[in-house]
Amino acid sequence: MSTTLQGLGTAATRLVAALRQPQTLATQSEAQWSQLVATARACNLLGPLAARLQETPVLTPAVADRHLAGALQLSARQRLSVQWESHALQAALGDLGVPVVLLKGAAYVMAPAEPALGQGRLFGDIDVLVPRAALGDVESALMLAGWVSAKADAYDQHYYRQWMHEIPPMQHIRRNTVIDVHHTILPLTARNAPDPARIIARATALPGLPALRVPAPEDLVVHSITHLVHEGELHNGLRDLHDIHSMLQRFGPTPGFWGRLLDSGAGNDLAGPLLLGLRLAQAVFESEVPAEVLATLVAQAAPRWRRRWLLPVYARALRPPTDEGAGMAEAAARLTIFVRSHALRMPMPLLLRHLSVKAWKGLLPQQRPAADG
Amino acid sequence: MRLRSPLARLWQHVDTFYAETPRLPHGSFVDFDVQILPARGLRRWWHPQARFLLDGEEPFFPLPQAEAGPLFEWGMNWCVAQRALGHLVMHAAVVAKDGAAVMMPGFPGAGKSTLCSSLVLLDGWRLLSDELALLDPADGQVHAHPRPISLKNASIDVVRGFASARLGPVYVGTRKGDITHAACPPESVARAAEPARVRWVLFPRFEAGAAPHIEEISRSEAFVLISEQSFNNERMGEAGFQALCGLLSGARCHELVYGSTADALALVRHACEG
Repeated sequence: MSTTLQGLGTAATRLVAALRQPQTLATQSEAQWSQLVATARACNLLGPLAARLQETPVLTPAVADRHLAGALQLSARQRLSVQWESHALQAALGDLGVPVVLLKGAAYVMAPAEPALGQGRLFGDIDVLVPRAALGDVESALMLAGWVSAKADAYDQHYYRQWMHEIPPMQHIRRNTVIDVHHTILPLTARNAPDPARIIARATALPGLPALRVPAPEDLVVHSITHLVHEGELHNGLRDLHDIHSMLQRFGPTPGFWGRLLDSGAGNDLAGPLLLGLRLAQAVFESEVPAEVLATLVAQAAPRWRRRWLLPVYARALRPPTDEGAGMAEAAARLTIFVRSHALRMPMPLLLRHLSVKAWKGLLPQQRPAADG
Repeated sequence: MRLRSPLARLWQHVDTFYAETPRLPHGSFVDFDVQILPARGLRRWWHPQARFLLDGEEPFFPLPQAEAGPLFEWGMNWCVAQRALGHLVMHAAVVAKDGAAVMMPGFPGAGKSTLCSSLVLLDGWRLLSDELALLDPADGQVHAHPRPISLKNASIDVVRGFASARLGPVYVGTRKGDITHAACPPESVARAAEPARVRWVLFPRFEAGAAPHIEEISRSEAFVLISEQSFNNERMGEAGFQALCGLLSGARCHELVYGSTADALALVRHACEG
């Protein structure tokens, strides 16, 4: 790991090492297993760690094993649920004749890659991308099939529909599963304006599910990176970076991949985000990225994406809560990322307006689970 | 688990109820890394509060510092329900004799903790848990994690009347009403490593003034009732389903209605005979 990333802290550094080279775990003590499991769980990487250990002949102590086995079991359950939801989407949207592109977790599950992407990973909401012109039809068809808008608040509805890249999340009334319908991959107000049509056009159809598509490998990587570097809160930052690293490892050696990645990123107003994401993967997970790819991106990226201080700030902000050394520097880094992400996603006047509405609404009673027996 | 806290009140609670619980050597694997800390800022001094942290994160709202003991017990229940470690976790009290267990799924207000206390303190049953049944799909047995029994409102005075009961302080006017804890008998703590097989599933219901009544119910009916009380049935998928079916195929299920502790104990003895 490069010295610029000392801010990541020992807990996360050891987790990254464990994911990259699980065979090194053979010699660790029970206390070290304890910290590794806690950090992996805090970073939402316990399942991927368990999956890595399964492919490695390392004996895990029984006390750690039951944590790892539980994570794998939950991942398998969620994988099944994503498959089920995909079939439900085909049934609901199949007659529209509209391409429905699965994004992120759902794409990792349904992509016909071998071995499967996102092994051991947890999956939350289903994200799909549809052409903007079809948005109304898709929303009505989903409502007929039992999904209802989960945001009842009028301002939230307005916020999503006016400025965001997705309509408000929809929740199924019986299964409670949530679907996010996107019409592009960044908010309409963001500084970068990639064209989603190219992602949809390149996506491949799924056998047996004619309405559904998964993005081409380069678009999976570009989308994951774009999402990560626009994210204001990095609870899942290390998990996302691990997704990116795994995909680069898998797709990197394929002939022509890097050229297509440049085309998908730099060719679609995403040179800056792609540069920062690749640099992060390289710095944290030592992902192999050809130097000429980075050089091409440096030449095209806007200065705000090239700043060298971004990497150490990200490292600080990624430090997990299980790291006892965390303090003011981490809080400052998180605030920097938070402010930056908003500035990237919205012009300042609109941002001020949005934050003041949110702050005003924040004064009203908020909901958080209370301690309960 | 590892517990860290600067709050004296919490350690009083631990000394009262966990004196016999074995301490792990330094450097052991930690399933639950818990800290109970004073609130930050003004709330450190003004109506001081206590925060519950699991692995450095705070999953729910703080409580008044005076309630550090109940906060710890609730927090531990939350930990076990959230992080099942391979068990099917059900909201139920479990007691056992000679390796054969009675499981009593908990519906609020049914009188589960009072009945559980009387079985343990008056009738010689061993406490496995007063709140959370941990079923291991691998061996089909319920595993013990004996901790103090939480008592609410009217049940406090009932249990105080049992000669062998040792109660902690009463916390008046908490979010759940008046609460206290009854110490787990030392023998149950000493035998915490022994699992038990569920032979009887009882659905108790306390009704003031009711005549004692017992009725056997079908396993499928019991399955539905227990599924409602399971925390991770859905998340465990097929393994959880199979484990619960296995448990029920070796158990007889009854509904009990009673109006007094004596009636309840008589009904349980009747259900568990033969």
